[in-house]
Amino acid sequence: MRGARPIDTEQTLQIAVTVNGESHARAVPVRMTLADFLRHELGLTGTHLGCEHGVCGACTVLLDGRSARACLTLAVQADGMDVTTVEGLADGDRLGPLQQAFMDHHALQCGYCTPGMLTTLTEFLRENPHPTAEEVRIAISGNLCRCTGYAGIVRAALAAAAALRGDTA
Amino acid sequence: MTGFIGTSVQRLEDPALLTGRGRFVDDLKVPGALHAAFVRAGHAHARIRGVDTTAARGMPGVHAVFTFDDLPRPLQDHPVPLLVPNPAIRDLRLPFALARSEVCFAGEPVAVVLADSRYLAEDAAEQVIVDAEPLPVAADVRHALDAGASPAHAGMAGNLAAHMTLAYGDVDAAFAGAHRVVQGAFFQHRGSAHAMECRTLLAQYDVTGEQVTIWAGTQSPHQYRDAYARVMGVGQHQVRVVAPDVGGGFGPKTVLYPEQLAIPACALLTGRPVKWIEDRREHFLTTYQERDQYWSGEMALAEDGHILALRGRLLHDAGAYLPWGLVVPHICAATVPGPYVLPAYRMDVDVVYTNKVPVTPVRGAGRPQAVFFMERMVDLAAAALAMDPAAFRRLNFVRPEQMPYRVGLTFRDGSATTYDSGDYPELQRRALARADWDGFPERQRAARAAGRYIGIATASYVEGTGLGPFEGVGVKVQRDGRVLLTTGAAAQGQGHATMLAQVCAGALGVTPREIDVKAADTGAIAYGVGTFASRIAANAAPAAHLAAGKVRAKALKLAAHLLEAAEHDLELQDGRVFVRGVPGHGRTLAELAAFADGVPGFALPKGIEAGLEDTTYFTPERASYPNGCHVAEVEVDVETGQVRLLRYVSGHDCGTIINPMCVEGQVQGGVAHGIGNALFEWMRYDEHAQPVTMNFGEYLLPTAPEVPEVEHEHLECPSPLNPLGVKGAGEGGTIPAPAVIAAAIENALAPFGVHVDRVPVTPDWLLERIEAAGGSTR
Amino acid sequence: MKPAPFRYHRPSTLDEAVRCMAELDDARPLAGGQSLMAMMNFRYVTPQHVVDLNRIPELAGIETTADGAIRIGAMTRQRDVKDSPLLRERCPLLAEALQWVGHVQTRNRGTLGGSLAHLDPAAELPGVLHALDAVLEVRGPDGARDVPMSEWTLAYMTPALEPGELLTAVRLHPWPPGHGHGFHELARRHGDFALAGAAALVHLEAGVVSRAAIALVGVDDGPLRLPAAEALLTGHAPDPQRIAAAADAAVEVPGIDDVHASAAYRRKIAVVMTRRALTDAAARASSVVPASVGPASLPRGERRIAPPPSPAGGSVSG
Repeated sequence: MRGARPIDTEQTLQIAVTVNGESHARAVPVRMTLADFLRHELGLTGTHLGCEHGVCGACTVLLDGRSARACLTLAVQADGMDVTTVEGLADGDRLGPLQQAFMDHHALQCGYCTPGMLTTLTEFLRENPHPTAEEVRIAISGNLCRCTGYAGIVRAALAAAAALRGDTA
Repeated sequence: MTGFIGTSVQRLEDPALLTGRGRFVDDLKVPGALHAAFVRAGHAHARIRGVDTTAARGMPGVHAVFTFDDLPRPLQDHPVPLLVPNPAIRDLRLPFALARSEVCFAGEPVAVVLADSRYLAEDAAEQVIVDAEPLPVAADVRHALDAGASPAHAGMAGNLAAHMTLAYGDVDAAFAGAHRVVQGAFFQHRGSAHAMECRTLLAQYDVTGEQVTIWAGTQSPHQYRDAYARVMGVGQHQVRVVAPDVGGGFGPKTVLYPEQLAIPACALLTGRPVKWIEDRREHFLTTYQERDQYWSGEMALAEDGHILALRGRLLHDAGAYLPWGLVVPHICAATVPGPYVLPAYRMDVDVVYTNKVPVTPVRGAGRPQAVFFMERMVDLAAAALAMDPAAFRRLNFVRPEQMPYRVGLTFRDGSATTYDSGDYPELQRRALARADWDGFPERQRAARAAGRYIGIATASYVEGTGLGPFEGVGVKVQRDGRVLLTTGAAAQGQGHATMLAQVCAGALGVTPREIDVKAADTGAIAYGVGTFASRIAANAAPAAHLAAGKVRAKALKLAAHLLEAAEHDLELQDGRVFVRGVPGHGRTLAELAAFADGVPGFALPKGIEAGLEDTTYFTPERASYPNGCHVAEVEVDVETGQVRLLRYVSGHDCGTIINPMCVEGQVQGGVAHGIGNALFEWMRYDEHAQPVTMNFGEYLLPTAPEVPEVEHEHLECPSPLNPLGVKGAGEGGTIPAPAVIAAAIENALAPFGVHVDRVPVTPDWLLERIEAAGGSTR
Repeated sequence: MKPAPFRYHRPSTLDEAVRCMAELDDARPLAGGQSLMAMMNFRYVTPQHVVDLNRIPELAGIETTADGAIRIGAMTRQRDVKDSPLLRERCPLLAEALQWVGHVQTRNRGTLGGSLAHLDPAAELPGVLHALDAVLEVRGPDGARDVPMSEWTLAYMTPALEPGELLTAVRLHPWPPGHGHGFHELARRHGDFALAGAAALVHLEAGVVSRAAIALVGVDDGPLRLPAAEALLTGHAPDPQRIAAAADAAVEVPGIDDVHASAAYRRKIAVVMTRRALTDAAARASSVVPASVGPASLPRGERRIAPPPSPAGGSVSG
């Protein structure tokens, strides 16, 4: 219980963000996190909040192509940037290769951590087309999953890497 | 009939979840919703003298601030109801929706703020002034029964919530005649389930103020509905609970919490939809936890290696309330005998209140502790007799020809504990072979020569699952030919929709993809119990099987009428019933459904029932008993005490497997949870009962580098208790993991003689043990 | 877990940022946000003003200065430090240590300066920079000043920054080509803060240590150099006995008691980590051939088997 804070009005700021290729201009409270902005202002609820202190990785999005915790980023910080969320990973109605591999290898159960796993691995596979299982494990070490025990996710990432390389399984 | 059972059908759930189109409670946008933030107790135990909400009510965007006195009358008269009563409870304590005059653990809700956003609600919650007078605490269960110990509830005569003794056979005589007696004492940490989605609620009354819909991240929507209706004194039809996508359960979302009464009450009081999304800080503070037990006991052994008897004491920290009765400690004591012929047994159980978060089931629900106790005792016994630990177990296993095997105890469902099926020696044989148990001594010698300390161990268990009373499934062929399957069996990631669709599809001559599953909506099916105790496959799958069979029979009967053919001349294939050998002469399921729906004003033909549908509730006569044998291989860095898992084998018998992919996923995930219990997770409290591990940097969940890929061996010993032969599969991965990892560490450190008597095994604790046993750090 | 309200400022030049910090009461600079934002979400920290440093181009970047030093802007992302070809060649200890710093998502946003200013006692980067004798550039309303890493830690999580001052860059002089480096830490899980960690640098001349630097993290309020151990090594061949004797000096460190481990445990681990880091550094050191970056990320817990140090010259391991 803290004393009354002198700041009693919410400062808002106009921002312009490109999300999954689409431009959005909004006035947002400056303290709103990028995760809440995506979820509640843009209705992109695929980005999940699991801990809001930057450990679980469920809210991971790509910020100008690089993975980042959307709970540790303010929406105003994304002004002028390019954001990719899980909603931007599919190819129209068709699952992308990584998403398909997740389905094939039972890499998800409740699906809550899944968006963060997918965004994290999207960046990782782009930079590491020939990963080992151990490298995949380290790549997702900043993403908690309580359901799967990770094995399916590792298998899926390796399979997706092969698919992206064009190897025949 | 069973065309899809036993195949790894891809999950119906996945496409939406993979593309961000899942629908979790916080994803649901309801216009005009208010956002709730709770004001929570800072003290572990205090008397509430007053709550001043004046400043908070004046904050921007705040619509209301409620305390106990503002609650609807029924919530002032009744606490959260006890769902599982037990006559052994001496002094039942249950929380109210908001604290009345006393808080008994840090984090109990005292007031609730409703505002336009969660941000604003949190701002205002900080301005609520709680006038609390701290009271002495019961912080350590080991001292909570001492004379003069501070009571966890003011005025309570002692902290003993219940005492139980589970026993059979002549224990004392067995000890008197024993060749050897081994003794042990063990501790298991307190831990949390930590589903990645915290608890969630969204409640909305309709315009009449008489009907409420509650979207909730719950494992038991029907129980929630019944409890809310009962407490509020309204009809069940006035309460609808829907669990949409739920981000993991693992136990704690089964039980009822104060917030589950408070939030719909807020919606009633304000006439607005109210949403509460628990954050991780609240989850650490208030979501119910488990383990946290002290065990001690001794085992009597015959000279030939047979176990003669076991006796012991279990001290169970129940936390501040008993919302799930004595379920966890009872399961503990009833699970101890495990896969062994144990002629005599006595366990004295003290269930003790403390000023901590209440203890209710978390994945395994008492079984991991029981198995840890038993398997550690078995390892001590094998060592005392200089026997190979696997051979010692084999000698004492219940033999397959002894099935069904009556243990001599009563399980938590009131039935005599009777193992329904299993071949424990064969499962152990397969697991050991897979892990190259026989080749390990050579591997260990080679490693030690290179200065590395590796160890191996095995642990076996039997778990009571598939508890009743029932679960139901409705199967309806719709006019477009698609099949609608409804069930109360809520899912939190297990893949129930796929599993139930697989069971139905074969009977109806359709593919699982032609089945829509609507689960966990009390508006869609009359009854349901909930997802706990690995009970869905053994309750809902047989229900689906029976319901689909009845719909199939109806379809054949309808078709026989329409095609003017005998039923036994008909075939059902690819969504169509036709006369055998005359494929052109038939009716699609869609046509049959349309016919059964009737035409307004016209009678249905004699003998034809309305609707191509059926709802069946399956009631198993008693629990079914899956079992397993795990083998773990570890390496210990003797300079740091750091443990690494090198290999993990699971031998698993959950009866008939419906979807191998999903079952292996359950085992792998369960093992990961067990690794957390064994090496990482520890919810710690200080001497004032204040929680000290309050974030994911302090409370450690296993991450991908810490969890090896489990190697699976399956032995399918079908259960005779249901028509599919299935047993539960959701918790077996977790149950033996702490025991087998502890034993493997011990084996690795055999040259030092380290004994592992607690989990988690943290590196600092282990290094201390290594040094105490004479190991050097160099 | 939503942050309390604040006013947001987004300066585009360093001057503007310094002015913000000087003029605003209760202002916090926001760098990568990987610690600050978490603390704000918990409302452990509730500043009136947040000054976002992420849009100040002059604060980021890696360059070589006229006197041969390497200067890294405070807002350079940890990921860019890790991937920098210049640093991987001239200062491989940084990349070696950075693989243990958090996770890819936190390194993508987290900055070098943020880690130094936050000054978690177990953070790897302050230790590495301490071993490198880095100098920190600070700017405030009264102008710029340099703070040597040895004077950076005032107390627990308290760097030598006056109110209104900002950390702007880090300057370090790379060790000569051929130096060896090693970094070992014990963390509960991959990416966790270290229970204890050791950074080591060794330079050999004719098979004898001519210069050594050892810094520990996780064992005191800030990173700690081990001058006694450095002295024990200098002038001697880095054989296992000598390295072990030097590492034993780490047992004198204070240690920290917390939920993860006791101070006593941390002291013991400090010895082990120092020995392992020194062993790597000695094995990689050569008198002739320039050192390259050490082996790429190894699975956690997998101990590097270092070849015996070559007495004079020879090739570099890894």
